[in-house]
Amino acid sequence: MVVLRKAGVPLLSVLLAMLVGSIVIVATGKDPVVAFAALLQGAFGGWRQIGDTILRSTPLMFTGLAVAFGFRANLFNIGAEGQLFIGGLAAAILGVALGGLPWFVSVPAIIVLGALAGAAWAFIPALLKAKVGAHEVITTMMFSYIARYLVSYLVNGPLRGDTAIPQTALIPASATLPTFDKVFSFIGLEPSRAHFGFILAIGVAVVIWLIFKYTTLGYEVRAVGYNPLAAENAGISVSWTTVRALCISGALAGLAGVVEVMGVHHRLFDQFSSGFGFTGIAVALLAKNHPLAVIPAALLFGALSAGGPAMQLEADVPLKLISIIQALVIFFVAAETVITYFIRKRQKEAVTDAE
Amino acid sequence: MPVLELREITKKFPGVLANDRVSLSLDAGEILALLGENGAGKSTLMNCVYGLLAIDGGEILVDGALVRIKAPRDAIDLGIGMVHQHFMLVEPLTVTENIVLGREPARLGVIDFATAKARVRELSERYGLRIDPDARIMDLSVGMQQRVEILKALYQGARILILDEPSAVLTPQEVKELFSVIKSLTAEGLAVAFITHKLEEVVAVADRIIVMRDGRTVGETRPSETDEVGLARMMVGRDVVLSIQKDPPNPREPVLVVESLSVMGDRGLEALHGVSLTVRSGEIVGIAGVDGNGQRELVESVVGLRRPSSGRIELKGRDITHSSARESIAAGVSHVPEDRHRRGLVLEFDLAENLILGDHNAEPYTTRGIMHPVAIGETARKRIADYDVRTPSEHVLAGALSGGNQQKLVLARELGRDPELLVAAQPTRGLDVGAIEFVHRRIVAERDAGKAVLLVSMELEEIQSLSDRILVFYEGNIVAEFASGEVDDETLGYHMTGGGGAKLGEQPVAASARGEAGR
Repeated sequence: MVVLRKAGVPLLSVLLAMLVGSIVIVATGKDPVVAFAALLQGAFGGWRQIGDTILRSTPLMFTGLAVAFGFRANLFNIGAEGQLFIGGLAAAILGVALGGLPWFVSVPAIIVLGALAGAAWAFIPALLKAKVGAHEVITTMMFSYIARYLVSYLVNGPLRGDTAIPQTALIPASATLPTFDKVFSFIGLEPSRAHFGFILAIGVAVVIWLIFKYTTLGYEVRAVGYNPLAAENAGISVSWTTVRALCISGALAGLAGVVEVMGVHHRLFDQFSSGFGFTGIAVALLAKNHPLAVIPAALLFGALSAGGPAMQLEADVPLKLISIIQALVIFFVAAETVITYFIRKRQKEAVTDAE
Repeated sequence: MPVLELREITKKFPGVLANDRVSLSLDAGEILALLGENGAGKSTLMNCVYGLLAIDGGEILVDGALVRIKAPRDAIDLGIGMVHQHFMLVEPLTVTENIVLGREPARLGVIDFATAKARVRELSERYGLRIDPDARIMDLSVGMQQRVEILKALYQGARILILDEPSAVLTPQEVKELFSVIKSLTAEGLAVAFITHKLEEVVAVADRIIVMRDGRTVGETRPSETDEVGLARMMVGRDVVLSIQKDPPNPREPVLVVESLSVMGDRGLEALHGVSLTVRSGEIVGIAGVDGNGQRELVESVVGLRRPSSGRIELKGRDITHSSARESIAAGVSHVPEDRHRRGLVLEFDLAENLILGDHNAEPYTTRGIMHPVAIGETARKRIADYDVRTPSEHVLAGALSGGNQQKLVLARELGRDPELLVAAQPTRGLDVGAIEFVHRRIVAERDAGKAVLLVSMELEEIQSLSDRILVFYEGNIVAEFASGEVDDETLGYHMTGGGGAKLGEQPVAASARGEAGR
């Protein structure tokens, strides 16, 4: 099947990364089999562990989608981290502001407005790219710093809740995303922090997939991403499509922040993101920018994150090895792109020589 | 003894046998033309001889001795030089620097430019290739740059010179000069092999002609023994109509009216100086001119890709001067761009997606932003059949098609829209004889159906054979106008290079007056 063939290389990259990771573990004098067994146990060993994996995967699905969407338009949204901070900020503020409303009003409203906040944060970089060609890597990264420090300032000052801890006030329950165990309490799920943001993420991934498959928006984004000159010739506005694409990317990243605040912490504080925006880049690369593939890719990274502490505990392997494995996955995925590029280049030379 | 001999050369690529047991020989002092369509294997063969590709079978003999050529260095050491279609020159450096690149005369690491320059002058005089050794490549014309490439090969000691499609980038005058250079080279004892698909050149300059098709040699002949029709038949394998027979034009009302159009080019200079022209329905107006004389800016203004700085463009009375590309398409302008890979197609899209480019957000393909794959697929299949695009299905990626089929795809899309005006820029660039015939027939069919066609081409044969009226562009002005059949290639070439003496503001040379002005 085509799906299996396309998934072949990313799967291979993951396996190779695990292999090299094992070599690293051996080099530090530890046992790789025990280490990976602990990793698997910590990620999937029981309902609580699975819940943990799902919890950690959820923001990565959104940031993965954000970066992947950008890549389809040939835009590198490296500032997803900043957009997610703004999304989280919006959720924290609106959560309190709309706290009095019933949940079926406040929850969708906060989700939509939080996404818009993320989009707004990407708007200026998008405009700069479209109008003067300012590279989005630089502009979105700069905006990322602005967002982080803005949140830091607000959380320490104006938006600080009652306590001395730098965090915003708790958002009322009507503005939160429930956890699975609460909703499915009749089944008797083990308590876990996995929340409905996961379902939202899957839904959004499907919507993005549908956008690319069946809508003019998706068609134009892909055309501009592949060949802006041909797109222009076809009457597509390259600048407007660029703006739309980067703003949608920002919205998706914003949603990552929104669900973290609404589903996990119910408030905003400085360190609420452990680099989700940047890990999202790795997720997008592994998923090869396909919206549906972002789901398993995010789950993989979520599993690594969930199983890491267990690995550290059981096999005495430092947590940083997880970062090494992540890096190796990216490296092998990138290597495949490089290898394919060279294979295609030689094939092209063959065809042009044959002419 | 032949200076170069190829025996049973075979070269395979994944999925294609590019050279199938090809044998040929080349004598000193001989001009051999290697003729064939795109994809025939001529460039592949010569690239093997030059060491850019490795052969899978067969033998190469130089001066009767078996040789192994693994890299261009080996070929150069054996006295084989090659000038490619795409020059390998360093633009900011001078002629001398480029010629000695890699083999600089040096003493203790310091380059001896005096010796280098002297050597370049010596070669240039000996072979009649006049050039200024201190000129920078970027300041030279394409014809001169080619000369530098030839001198480079000679400097490296070439006794066998291979030229790959040398005339593709030259004006008619430059082509003549090239041929006389080739003749003087062979008079000095060099052997020259040149690859081409242009019949008239082969007949004009070659001593011997070898025709290749589908990776094999299909015939060897001399200009005295054959003619263009015979050669075309050998190239394609069937009778080919070289010059489209068309009915006399029946032009009706004006469709495109361009009035005093001035357009800025990319470098801040004005590229079009107040140009005016008209194209009527049922008429093909051909614009002849060397690339870079304002034709591109004219085309881009008409199709909405560039804003004119002053003047007016009207399509059937409607002002489209400042229309965007989308608005132009909606108004009825179709554009076959000069570079199908850059502007014409999205190579990573499949054929169906490419066929709706430009119409993708309108009915019946889309309703309020949602696309209808079924309707798109149906139209795609129909167009692919109508325009004879050779492909297993409409889901193949456009990048996988051959050049000819890609161009047919672009035509299918642009003509399928039933436009009022077709703007075709270099519509047969890079296509072989069979594909050219197809494209030309379709363009004439459009004209016979009452459409207006604006044709821009650097191929004089195409301009002559298709146009009802010919306008010559030079430095942003129309310097001459002729009716079809009233002017020969030489006169056109003369005007194309500014020979008509027309300056800014002067009236263009009219057809009746050309007899005096053109001589």
